[in-house]
Amino acid sequence: MLYLHSFEIMKILVPISNVPDTTSKISFTDNDTRFNGQGITWIVNPYDEWYALVRALELKESGKADKVTIIHVGLSDSEPTIRKGLALGADDAVRINAESSDSLYVAYQIADYAKNNSYELILTGKESIQYNGSAVGSMIAALLDYPFLSQASFLDLNGTTLTLHVETEGGIKVVEGQAPAVVSCAKGMAEQRIPNMRGIMAARTKPLQTLDPKPFRQNVKVRNFGLNPGRSECKLFTEDQLDKLVEALHKEAKVI
Amino acid sequence: MSVLVLLDLKNGQLKKSSMELATLGRNISEKTGLPLTGAFFSETGPEANIFSGTGITKITRIIGLDSLKSPDFLLLHALNEFIQKNGVKIVLFSFDNLGKSLAPGLAAKMDAAFASGISQVEEISGNTWVVKKNIFSGKAFARYELQGEKIVISLIPNSIEPITVNSTAELSEFQPSPKVCGFQIKEIKKLSEGNMVPLPEAERVVSGGRGLKGPENWYLVEELAKELNATTACSRPVADMHWRPHHEHVGQTGITIRPNLYIAIGISGAIQHLAGVNGSKTIVVINNDKEAPFFKSADYGVVGDAFTVVPKFIDAIRKWKAQHQ
Ligand SMILES: Cc1cc2nc3c(=O)[nH]c(=O)nc-3n(C[C@H](O)[C@H](O)[C@H](O)COP(=O)(O)OP(=O)(O)OC[C@H]3O[C@@H](n4cnc5c(N)ncnc54)[C@H](O)[C@@H]3O)c2cc1C
Ligand SMILES: Nc1ncnc2c1ncn2[C@@H]1O[C@H](COP(=O)(O)O)[C@@H](O)[C@H]1O
Repeated sequence: MLYLHSFEIMKILVPISNVPDTTSKISFTDNDTRFNGQGITWIVNPYDEWYALVRALELKESGKADKVTIIHVGLSDSEPTIRKGLALGADDAVRINAESSDSLYVAYQIADYAKNNSYELILTGKESIQYNGSAVGSMIAALLDYPFLSQASFLDLNGTTLTLHVETEGGIKVVEGQAPAVVSCAKGMAEQRIPNMRGIMAARTKPLQTLDPKPFRQNVKVRNFGLNPGRSECKLFTEDQLDKLVEALHKEAKVI
Repeated sequence: MSVLVLLDLKNGQLKKSSMELATLGRNISEKTGLPLTGAFFSETGPEANIFSGTGITKITRIIGLDSLKSPDFLLLHALNEFIQKNGVKIVLFSFDNLGKSLAPGLAAKMDAAFASGISQVEEISGNTWVVKKNIFSGKAFARYELQGEKIVISLIPNSIEPITVNSTAELSEFQPSPKVCGFQIKEIKKLSEGNMVPLPEAERVVSGGRGLKGPENWYLVEELAKELNATTACSRPVADMHWRPHHEHVGQTGITIRPNLYIAIGISGAIQHLAGVNGSKTIVVINNDKEAPFFKSADYGVVGDAFTVVPKFIDAIRKWKAQHQ
């Protein structure tokens, strides 16, 4: 039996978050209610860039997807980060002009855009490296009533059929199914890419649309931030004092 | 109206992280005055007695589904249906694979205020909760105010001491309505070898870096791990060079772990490595360079050659064990 391809367009939506570079010095301002962005280099959240976005681009390059769109919920100061994503090869980008500490608010904006613009495959990162929530992807899926595939390390696409490896306790699950779906992407999905000059030039003129957020309640607010105290002085032992180290691990640290 | 704890089983036994959740649940139940209940997914079994000591007396088995073998989409649908039917207001998850997948989605379905990976519930006053969570890979913390009648949170494993009480549980069953899911689980491949606890849950981890020179020297890491009943891990270059399998790689781009004890052998302590292990309770570093950055983030250190230090360390542990048994 011969199946006729439905000629539907496979568009991939990649939500990216804008995060401080890992090596940034962290401090807070406004009575410890805001992250101090002074002197900080902002980057595309590594999981979103290396895994979700690069995999989406690979699928497009191999003819398995037609279009890759970046979406970000944030204020205008994150536009340079969005352009970095465009420089890697995404076709266009959307910024929802809002700031929020409530993941459900962020997810609602993305889900709403995906629904109104018929995106049936959404690739997020597994978590954003600043607030470590691992939340937005699962929420987008729930709001759209799409299946959520959490922490995928492999994704292939054949028409609208997805094959995935997802992380599970002490192993991986091989999962297969039909789009629509939301996938959160983890290590293994793709390799990091460096944008080339042509990409960087082209990114300047690619469409970056700004939209106002849809009204939605926000129930999560930051009360305050703080730095965790570093570890106290490291206690050093020589290789002839390892009995003492074992004793300390038992009596002091109480870990053995 | 009630507080619900999502319990999880492994090999027919209640997981330690579920006991931690039950401990938190009792505390929340006391503060809110809402009864404490539990639910878990299982196709068959277990007996009610494995829930003894949790302090949860009413526990529901959501039947026909399995937390490992069923698509998360179906688990979410079933759990949400159960919650709607039973007027659950507060749901507690563990911040593990299952909790990461289900908790945020459930919060969206319930329209609840949500916080994930918290380490503590600091305050409950009426409909305002204050929770604390580590951010920036443990370098900082945030206090979030959650507002609302409905609250979903996930608790980071190993953050509170599980306490058992004197209690017995009564089991009931819930049959979710059928739902079509476009996804199927074809196969489950086990990655960790032998009986090692998977890395994200391991209480003790022994990890090796490039300082070990080559895969043939991993017997040092393995023997030490065996002696401590620990799981093995490695730095990223070690996985990239295929000295060790990729699922052992910890760090910013690998797995994030928070064991009670992390022992790093021949690892320099680059910031991207620390990002994945900083949450460990106690860190021991073995490195022959006393300037290695890892010493600044460690509790205990041995400056010396791993090839002589590790065997001596193993001997010292054996000696200690012999004296304490
Ligand atoms: C964007 C990005 C993401 C990254 N993500 C990760 C990540 O997730 N995880 C990760 O681990 N790395 C990550 N890295 C790499 C990281 O920056 C370091 O390069 C890496 O952690 C170094 O690994 P290592 O400590 O094993 O090796 P090295 O840096 O080579 O250190 C080897 C150490 O062994 C010591 N040594 C040598 N011989 C001996 C001996 N005989 N006895 C005892 N000690 C000895 C040396 O003094 C040295 O300190 C990332 C890098 C980037 C740029
Ligand atoms: N403000 C945002 N705009 C767009 N996507 C986001 C935003 N915040 C988070 N995401 C996406 O959701 C994923 C999980 O983020 P989090 O729930 O914050 O850990 C990230 O890896 C991004 O793909």
